[in-house]
Amino acid sequence: MGTILQAQGLTKRFGQTTALDNVELSLESGRIVGLLGPNGSGKTTFIKIASGLLTPTAGQVLIDGVAPGPQTKAQVSYLPDRTYFDNWMKVSDCLELFADFYQDFDRVKANDMLHSLGIDASKTFKTLSKGTQEKVQLALVMSRQAKLYLLDEPIGGVDPAARDFILDTIIRNYNEEGTVVISTHLISDIEKVLDDVIFLWDGRIERTDSVDHIREQSGKSVDEVFREVFKC
Amino acid sequence: MFGRQAYCQKATLEVRRCILKWNFSNDHSIAPQIVEMIQTGILAGFYPLGSALPSVRALAVEAGVNPNTMQKALAELEAQGLLYTQRTSGRTVTTDERLIMELKERRAHDYIRHYFEGMQSLGIARDRAAEMLAASASASTSADTSASDTKATTTTTNTTEVN
Repeated sequence: MGTILQAQGLTKRFGQTTALDNVELSLESGRIVGLLGPNGSGKTTFIKIASGLLTPTAGQVLIDGVAPGPQTKAQVSYLPDRTYFDNWMKVSDCLELFADFYQDFDRVKANDMLHSLGIDASKTFKTLSKGTQEKVQLALVMSRQAKLYLLDEPIGGVDPAARDFILDTIIRNYNEEGTVVISTHLISDIEKVLDDVIFLWDGRIERTDSVDHIREQSGKSVDEVFREVFKC
Repeated sequence: MFGRQAYCQKATLEVRRCILKWNFSNDHSIAPQIVEMIQTGILAGFYPLGSALPSVRALAVEAGVNPNTMQKALAELEAQGLLYTQRTSGRTVTTDERLIMELKERRAHDYIRHYFEGMQSLGIARDRAAEMLAASASASTSADTSASDTKATTTTTNTTEVN
């Protein structure tokens, strides 16, 4: 399998604050990767750069060998940490938007997912609960046949039952040749579905490893190892 | 004595629940745990001999694990000869009853070993532990007999209703 994402010397500063500091990273195709780190460690910044919403201060990130731009956006399916749909929009409007924007959007799949969620497409966004809004967005994002899925805190704002549903949706629907990057600090909930983990700390990569290797080597869950590494 | 029928009957609700729960312990890798669970599923008749196994992704969703991890576990079960791949119908459980018997024996010995290890950690000597096990077994056998009597009656009633 090839490399889908490569970061070289990736650095991002906001004024005095360094959000990402010389990050070197390479992600292979066909993996589910956890981007883990405490609050403010640079997870969202990394994902925003990879999805082309922010430009790096130094260094670069390449998606399938290409710098973020229109070409990579057609291959990257991004779930932001907050909603970008307007309150007045109906769920069906969001569907139209995705169908309009993305060639790889599978409308049948999206409809199926919304149906299994019991979501009425004629409802407006503002009438949906926060958890349901997140589910709608995830359904849309996972209905693309993307090479790279960048999911920023997909399970952050929802209850444990909805978390299971969301993880289920991810496993069920991701494109097998694609890679899924999930950023979160709720590790115990998701470590079973991960191949690899990246520990981010203060804008630097503290460790990258496979979940199997961490468990074999330490005899502990990734969650426990994380708590040790990031002990305050 | 090891026909397919017998297998299916042995898949008690209790075992089904154990299998379907897919509870993983945190201090080991996940793939070997899946291997063990599916082995148990085969031994208990939950996945009958010669039957087709669900797809990798379906199993991964059911267990809530990564499809690659599930794939790894299934490959290991193939290497053990418990599963084999058929080009048209995916993975199938072996029909080799001898292999199953061997596995059952091996797994049973694991449980026995765990029992004695556990008793030893409580400071109970091997022979005493064996006595206690025998005593407990004879006590639960009589309890079981009455329980299965009740079950047999229920089954008969059900059959009548179906007929």
